[in-house]
Amino acid sequence: MAIPRFWREIQSRYNLIGTKCGSCGKVDFPPRAVCPVCGRKSIGKMERFRLGGKGTVVTYTVIHDAPAQFEMQKPYVMAIVEMDEGVRLTSQLIDVKAENVTIGMKVQASFRKLGQEGEAGVIHYGYKFRPAA
Amino acid sequence: MRDVAVIGVGETEFGELWDRSFRDIGIEAGLKAIQDAKIRSEDIDAVYIGNMSAGKFIDQEHVSALVADYAGLADMHLPTVRVEGGGACGAIALLQARLAIASGMYDIVVVGGAEKMTDVGEVQAAEILSSTADQEWESVFGATFAGLYAMMARRHMYEFGTTREQMAAVAVKNHKNGALNPEAQFQKEITIETVLQAPRVAEPLGVFDCAPLSDGAAAVVLCEMQKARKFSDAPIRIAGSGQASDFLALHDRRDLTTLDATVIAGKRAFHEARLQPKDVQVAEVHDNFTISEILAIEDLRFIEKGKGGPATAEGLTALNGKISVNTSGGLKARGQPVGATGVAQAVEIVRQLRGEAGKRQVVGARHGLTHTLGGTGATAVVHLFERGD
Repeated sequence: MAIPRFWREIQSRYNLIGTKCGSCGKVDFPPRAVCPVCGRKSIGKMERFRLGGKGTVVTYTVIHDAPAQFEMQKPYVMAIVEMDEGVRLTSQLIDVKAENVTIGMKVQASFRKLGQEGEAGVIHYGYKFRPAA
Repeated sequence: MRDVAVIGVGETEFGELWDRSFRDIGIEAGLKAIQDAKIRSEDIDAVYIGNMSAGKFIDQEHVSALVADYAGLADMHLPTVRVEGGGACGAIALLQARLAIASGMYDIVVVGGAEKMTDVGEVQAAEILSSTADQEWESVFGATFAGLYAMMARRHMYEFGTTREQMAAVAVKNHKNGALNPEAQFQKEITIETVLQAPRVAEPLGVFDCAPLSDGAAAVVLCEMQKARKFSDAPIRIAGSGQASDFLALHDRRDLTTLDATVIAGKRAFHEARLQPKDVQVAEVHDNFTISEILAIEDLRFIEKGKGGPATAEGLTALNGKISVNTSGGLKARGQPVGATGVAQAVEIVRQLRGEAGKRQVVGARHGLTHTLGGTGATAVVHLFERGD
């Protein structure tokens, strides 16, 4: 993946920056230019919004057949997390054994290495989630 | 809108066809369909091709002109169109071709679908399939295509008590049907134990919960209805079509156990056709994973929401059951050359409605349905077909 492509998304991947609709208050992550609820009314009213980092597991899987980039990590747990602000995202779950993951489990974001460009390329960082303290 | 009918069908065998190239299979399917329709090449007004990712699988874009060229049609300078829409591209190509004829612009259009997936390795092929999910907000974090469907499966198990055995029953049924289809990739029956004991891919899904990587192509000839009667004694009318989209990323959807795009595409198709789910005897649905067929039969309202697992285990969707689902073997056993899928489904339904499905013939098939997904359900297409007599 080209460096600028990752660099463009750093705000959201490092700091969970999304948007909040100035019209209806709905929070989106990643940022959206148009609110899916309000449509045209929201244009120009989408405000930068930082998620608190806490959420709940809605569903999960344990990945055994992994892309080349994740080969060294398998098996690993992926989950859809519903953030306390209501928006959902997809993330890896860490610091927990696969057999201990449950739907409804409370989790919190953690800043981690996501991957890197080949063997000696730039490292990509971003969020993963771990059991809430 | 003018009525449109299918007057010819053709497909290649599906599987790991190492001795044949993309152009070879695309042309084989197209020529078979043209021969079946008994039209001459001069009768063709346009060629539409469904293809998901030739650029990534074989480094070749612009496959619409390529296929027409190698089919010997270059001198006719036909308009050719390649349609992309993830796994639904073949079904969208069919819809677009139907509209082009319905509008009066064309009378006869050849619609092909093709994918050559085995020129790349398995890991790379899986990554290419994942590119129909959200690359920036799903794949980058390690979510695979199977992983996303696995998360739907997990949630379905949680909400409705669906079991791995019930999901396995989808694979067992489709292999049983595939064993009756001489063009299927897998023509061998399997047991529930085979599915449950297979290596895990993305829990709760194992290898036998997943459709294979395949090479293959399928084609149909569409014709305006009045003209169709001149070429065919049994034109199969497209009675209704519906297409719908949804949030690209699974996590943004309203519900993780309902594909709203399927629900809405189905409603649109049934509304146009003035038919109900109970009027359909045979359906080809998008079973790229076992859970997908369970979601499809529920979302198309063949089976009550949440009951897709038990219904499958009880045989309601078996050949000549309450509704015969995936008589071809489905993506699971017939194979999954992505771009070919939507068109191959139409080929199977046409054969069923003509009464030419051999050992897997559904008795009294009068109305048939195809359902095709793009990505994890950000696109869905439903077509309804009926005998023209």
